Amino acid sequence: MNITRRHFLVLLPAAALAWEHVLAGTPELSSNYNTSDHWWGMLVDIEKCIGCGSCVRACAKENNVPDGYYRTWIERYRIKEVNGLETLEVDSPDGGKNGFPSSDEPGVKQFFVPKMCNHCADSPCTQVCPVGATFVSPDGVVLIDEKYCLGCRYCIQACPYGCRFLHPEKNVAQKCTLCYHRITQGLTTACCENCPTGARQLADLKNPKDPIHEFLRTHKVQVLKPHLATQAKLYYNGLDGAVR
Amino acid sequence: MKFKDATHLFRLAGVFAAGLLLFVALRSFLVPKSFGQYGHFRGDALADIKAQPVHYAGHEACESCHSDVLDQKVKGKHVRVNCEACHGPLATHAEDPGGITPEKLDTAKLCVRCHEANTAKPKWFPQVVSADHSAGLACNECHQPHNPVIVAEEKTASAGEGPKPAPANKGAKK
Repeated sequence: MNITRRHFLVLLPAAALAWEHVLAGTPELSSNYNTSDHWWGMLVDIEKCIGCGSCVRACAKENNVPDGYYRTWIERYRIKEVNGLETLEVDSPDGGKNGFPSSDEPGVKQFFVPKMCNHCADSPCTQVCPVGATFVSPDGVVLIDEKYCLGCRYCIQACPYGCRFLHPEKNVAQKCTLCYHRITQGLTTACCENCPTGARQLADLKNPKDPIHEFLRTHKVQVLKPHLATQAKLYYNGLDGAVR
Repeated sequence: MKFKDATHLFRLAGVFAAGLLLFVALRSFLVPKSFGQYGHFRGDALADIKAQPVHYAGHEACESCHSDVLDQKVKGKHVRVNCEACHGPLATHAEDPGGITPEKLDTAKLCVRCHEANTAKPKWFPQVVSADHSAGLACNECHQPHNPVIVAEEKTASAGEGPKPAPANKGAKK
């Protein structure tokens, strides 16, 4: 076969494209979700949370969370003065799944704090896993490989936020996956989808069009336990300093 | 100096080499191919986690058929309350609209989840003491859940059979 230099140069880009196509695999099989294009986090606006428990119920249904265990839960803080000292009472009946009973106490500051995995970028729980069963995914979600987890509970103790539990039947550690099966197909998480006041918002920190960037610029948000330098990505707006 | 009886050292080296070979062979057999693809974990775990079924279809799926409800919602305060927050998980219905019909909802239980007065709720949020507010009437006797404001004209138009006038916000907090 005779190929002139001119022909060779013309064919070269076409061949490169064809080779890239071969490497990429069948288009129908490879999804258009690219892990390196995302860096997930969440924003919780304390001033909007009404403690209705929709997020807790939605999470339990979406992820088949066993009764009595919570991947997300709501805490009610009550700060009052007793003998001139500020005292703190925190309750979370059934994780706040069915809301909270009203408590009419004068002079008590009360508010709700939804909690869940903070999806730390530098997470203590992933560092202690002896088998590489829990990890930070390339798109910033802390996940558990249930096939690899031994159920040693080390990560459950390592999590400073108490966000992990041992599944009573599967005997593997479980936690919030940030609804990884939903966010990778363009949906929002079950808790965000069902929050009636928009107190929870999924945030893609790598997407320049995400409203989170504007919010972070104009608000003074906080994370829980910043002194632990876990690089938590669960941002709270309007958080009282008393919240642990 | 010359090594005498060095054969046992060669034998030992042989055992080590065989052990190393066995280790490498076993390792390549036991460690999954995708381990280390992204980091110190099984890369295929991401696909496993992604494969979990979705229960909540998301409001875009609902709105693609029920655009009439969306038209009502955009006029009212419930515009940002997504469908499944009240109607429950309905991904099965979104996939098979004819086969699976959503249950009818009980507004008497549903509305108070959010709107029952609670001192810990933020002050801006509309709250009522349900026992005082509606005198036992179901919420949707007066309020249309997709656009909950009570419009006077609507009341007079259907005064014959339906909604009774609201008890003038009695028991309403703020």
